[in-house]
Amino acid sequence: MSGHEDHSAQYKKIYFILLGLFAISVAGPFVAEFMPEGKGRLWLVLITAFGIAFVKAYLVAAKFMHLDVEKPIVHWFLVTALVFMVLFFAGTAPDVIKDDGVNWVRTAEIEWHQTSEAYRAKHGEGGHHGEDAGHGDEAKSDDHAKPEGDGH
Amino acid sequence: MSAGKPIATLREATGIPTGKLAVWWLLASEIVIFGGVLASYLMFRVRHPEFGEFAAHTDPRIGALNTWVLLTSSLCAVLAHNAAEMGDGKKAAKLLWMTVGLGGCFLMIKSYEWSVEIGHGYTITANAFWSFYYTAAGIHASHVIAGMCVMAWVATYAARNAELQRVELVGIYWHFVDLVWIFLFPLLYIAK
Repeated sequence: MSGHEDHSAQYKKIYFILLGLFAISVAGPFVAEFMPEGKGRLWLVLITAFGIAFVKAYLVAAKFMHLDVEKPIVHWFLVTALVFMVLFFAGTAPDVIKDDGVNWVRTAEIEWHQTSEAYRAKHGEGGHHGEDAGHGDEAKSDDHAKPEGDGH
Repeated sequence: MSAGKPIATLREATGIPTGKLAVWWLLASEIVIFGGVLASYLMFRVRHPEFGEFAAHTDPRIGALNTWVLLTSSLCAVLAHNAAEMGDGKKAAKLLWMTVGLGGCFLMIKSYEWSVEIGHGYTITANAFWSFYYTAAGIHASHVIAGMCVMAWVATYAARNAELQRVELVGIYWHFVDLVWIFLFPLLYIAK
């Protein structure tokens, strides 16, 4: 193993870059708290907190874990796992995020939600059941009715 | 082939040493474990705007301190790998022990943080946000503990200039643990 070049200076440089990015990711949302509510504030938080998290993750993976010089098979392992994660999210997220869809309505969840202050602030006093039309139309005409044949 | 070594230790059918290949396989499965928790949290965060109010009770100063601790521990781990590559087992062992120490700091800070939060009544059963909070941070902390144990074991060999290839393997695992925290920090402490 001896005869290997010393890369410690390069690793320290990456570490200080990571610290700089970390400082921005803390400062960004802190500054956003003094901004008025709106898209500008939201984007500032998203970019500084989450956007920079991806950059930091890339630097750790590429430079500390040496993925930048690793064999392609390792990239395939990781990409496969990430694809399964995205599939899981895409397959289940609509059930969690939405109030209704094609032939289904989450009656109990809607009732519970309408008691939430934050929900009312977002959707208005009357509550909200989503925008989609489609086969769930008859359910929307009656706030708490389920369409026929709904298995939920 | 030297006697006493399992064949799998020496075989490199993919062009990657088997030990390293095993670590990458492990991390691929870890992506699904942590990814499942984080993806579920994201869904519920989008669904429940009130999660932002609960997240306001977490302390970003403590989260930030722990982020710095883990980033520094990652530097120690990669410097240990560098020392191992140069054949300096003693230096590698010293840096690995520093990494273990920083892992211990992380856990102590986390313990203090949890004791304060539990003292305020924010327990794992308080609501869905706190369930996610303790589950995600708890799984992560258990990985920190596992990493510290393996790293301490590898350090004892490295100090005798033995099995230096393991320094890189345990380092890869440790960087992954750091990487998970890079995402947990904004999700649990920043997004209010």
